[in-house]
Amino acid sequence: MKADIRVALVGNPNTGKSTLFNILTGLNQKIGNFPGVTVDKKTGFCQLPDGRTAEIIDLPGTYSIYPKSKDESIVFSVLADKSKGLVPDLIVVILDASNLKRNLLLYTQIADLKIPVVVALNMIDVSEKAGIAIDIDLFAKKLGVPVVPVSARKIKGIDQLKSTIAYANKIALQQDTIDVDVIAPQIIAQIKDELKIDNPYFALQLAHQHETLSYLPTEQSDRIEELEKENSFHSQKAQATETIARYNFINDLLYDTVKKPDTAHDETVSNKIDKILTHKVFGFVIFFAILMFIFQAIFSWSAYPMSLIEDLFIWVQSGLTKVLPAGPLVSLLVDGVIAGLSGVMVFIPQIAILFALISILEDTGYMSRVTFMMDKVMRKVGLNGKSVVPLIGGFACAVPSIMSTRNIENWKDRMITIMVTPLVACSARLPVYTLLIALVVPNRNVWWLFNLQGLALTAMYLLSIVSAVVVAFVMKFILKARERGYFIMELPVYRMPRWKNVAFTMYDRSKTFVFQAGKVIIAVSIILWVLKSYGPGDTFARIDQKYSQQQYTKIMTPDSLTKVIASEKLETSYAGVFGHVIEPVIKPLGFDWKIGIALISSFAAREVFVGTMATIYSVEGDADKLESVQQKMHSATNPDTGKPVFTLAVAFSLMMFYAFAMQCASTVAVVYRETKDWRWPAAQFAYMTALAYTASFIVYHWLK
Amino acid sequence: MTLSQLEVGEIGIVKEFTDLEMSVKLMEMGCLPGEEIRISRIAPLGDPIAIHVSGYQLSLRKFEASTIILQ
Repeated sequence: MKADIRVALVGNPNTGKSTLFNILTGLNQKIGNFPGVTVDKKTGFCQLPDGRTAEIIDLPGTYSIYPKSKDESIVFSVLADKSKGLVPDLIVVILDASNLKRNLLLYTQIADLKIPVVVALNMIDVSEKAGIAIDIDLFAKKLGVPVVPVSARKIKGIDQLKSTIAYANKIALQQDTIDVDVIAPQIIAQIKDELKIDNPYFALQLAHQHETLSYLPTEQSDRIEELEKENSFHSQKAQATETIARYNFINDLLYDTVKKPDTAHDETVSNKIDKILTHKVFGFVIFFAILMFIFQAIFSWSAYPMSLIEDLFIWVQSGLTKVLPAGPLVSLLVDGVIAGLSGVMVFIPQIAILFALISILEDTGYMSRVTFMMDKVMRKVGLNGKSVVPLIGGFACAVPSIMSTRNIENWKDRMITIMVTPLVACSARLPVYTLLIALVVPNRNVWWLFNLQGLALTAMYLLSIVSAVVVAFVMKFILKARERGYFIMELPVYRMPRWKNVAFTMYDRSKTFVFQAGKVIIAVSIILWVLKSYGPGDTFARIDQKYSQQQYTKIMTPDSLTKVIASEKLETSYAGVFGHVIEPVIKPLGFDWKIGIALISSFAAREVFVGTMATIYSVEGDADKLESVQQKMHSATNPDTGKPVFTLAVAFSLMMFYAFAMQCASTVAVVYRETKDWRWPAAQFAYMTALAYTASFIVYHWLK
Repeated sequence: MTLSQLEVGEIGIVKEFTDLEMSVKLMEMGCLPGEEIRISRIAPLGDPIAIHVSGYQLSLRKFEASTIILQ
């Protein structure tokens, strides 16, 4: 679609910017990346009343044009970088009418860049209810821009906003808010002159931000650096002067245009809720209750849709094998591509539920209270109050959780969170644990109440959290901080969640997961399929030949014959060869080459373990039935010693390996995507493998 | 006297800052010289604290609050 004008939405976090974006664009939006950085760029189209089409860009929420995080740095670079063609023709600044003072800081900065601006005064209903009287006409006159009162939640004032966008001036007519030139007269004049810039505030921003603006040619950036030295320009001092001047302007403006009632703030609803939710005792009780609820929801609500998706793929697979002629291509499609696709799709319910719940918690304002309560504890172990969310999310899946670390501003805290999140027991480990625990832990109760198997599973989950905390604590000393950590965070007023937003987040995150992780999982699945379906030389042909002899065809049913052939082929395939090759390495952990094959194939996704075990032990009947795999594994004996393979020691050693090892191609891919440096996923893979090996070794020799 | 020394419910007026880098961030969020700050609550574990400033609620760590000198 070709747009006639480009409009950018700019505003503080928690001002309803995304809601407004969703209303303006409907579902007609797409999510991409800003060039060169992994910050989601949401764009959509909006039909204007004059018949033209506007392309709307939703810029990340920020309190100021001076960025504090990667996401926030996008705002100025989009407005500044003329080469990418992203510079908007018009900016809609969204202000929270019930919290104008702090919101106006960003407006004054944007306005001084002299790009045409329109103000959307959002939450006008909330501010009216609170008795705040805004003289909108005078407000608009003093700023020199159109001001439209809207309520994005109640969908009021949207038509007026659209027509204001349509008939907005093409040139910037807003009043100057402060005298920019006096902040740093010489350097502003020189940058304007040398870089051919006519706007003084733009020149000043270049002086502040030139190091992080990737589009700026190196020689220009170096020249600005020289000018800074010549003029002894001090970025923070200049920013302090500027901020004070801006708030002076804002205070004068609000004094003339806004009348607030003199009621005590203490008795607001939000405050009453806070008294309970951040209470010394109830606060934590409620928080842990919510955690338990999320946990329950991820596991129990997703069970039905997950088995539905699995059944669907099994139905497709068996249907295709019946319809299509047998051959390597069909096998690649069915056992490689579709099996891989199934491994991706099956996680959608859990990801959707996790993100629905997270977005409800964020939308209501509760998440910032969690951060507020947990910051002290998390800081002790090298994390940040904001790391709580990804760590909880890690119980479902590390992939979306690592994606959700982007709102951690501090670089070091974010990296540590990314590094330890995959240690948290994700849902893909659950089938592995269930299988192994059922195999070796007796199903009986101790102390009347507790089931032994349940206790073992709980222990695995606790272990995952403890290990994440310990590793984070160690990394706190290894990683060097790039900037000082700080924790200055708004506690937004409690609000009802916006259900449309929740639904959209669910959809959006699931889609991102399917496309991001899906590519890698399918690629790895295909590689593993090749390894499992081909063997060196003519070994496969010889197996076929061997079992076509009468001595086998006579005594065995065709079905069990296929199973035996599949099992023997897997043993001699490249995957089997690999299994044999790594056997000496994994022998100290109590694993044989069969487990080796399972470990290798688990790299696509951990839960593949169960399926691989089924093939290796040539399970009869329905290979996806856990009980039948379990029986086979139970009766498996070591040919050398004649003793069972899966002893308590082996099973727990194997569980330790799955608990710590980074056997997840999607996580590796997403860590690379988020860090933009292969060294991070490589380091993570290395330390997790080392940890897994050590833990398995210790457990095996301790229980043996 | 610094902001970190106030008790819950007490009010102070910002005079100046001891730390330039922190002051820039605090001022952006509306904690400016001359501005009235009230302590709303303290986190259950004693840190961080929540303050009422410029018409909204802001949370910050005790250390950060200690860089704000009150009148």
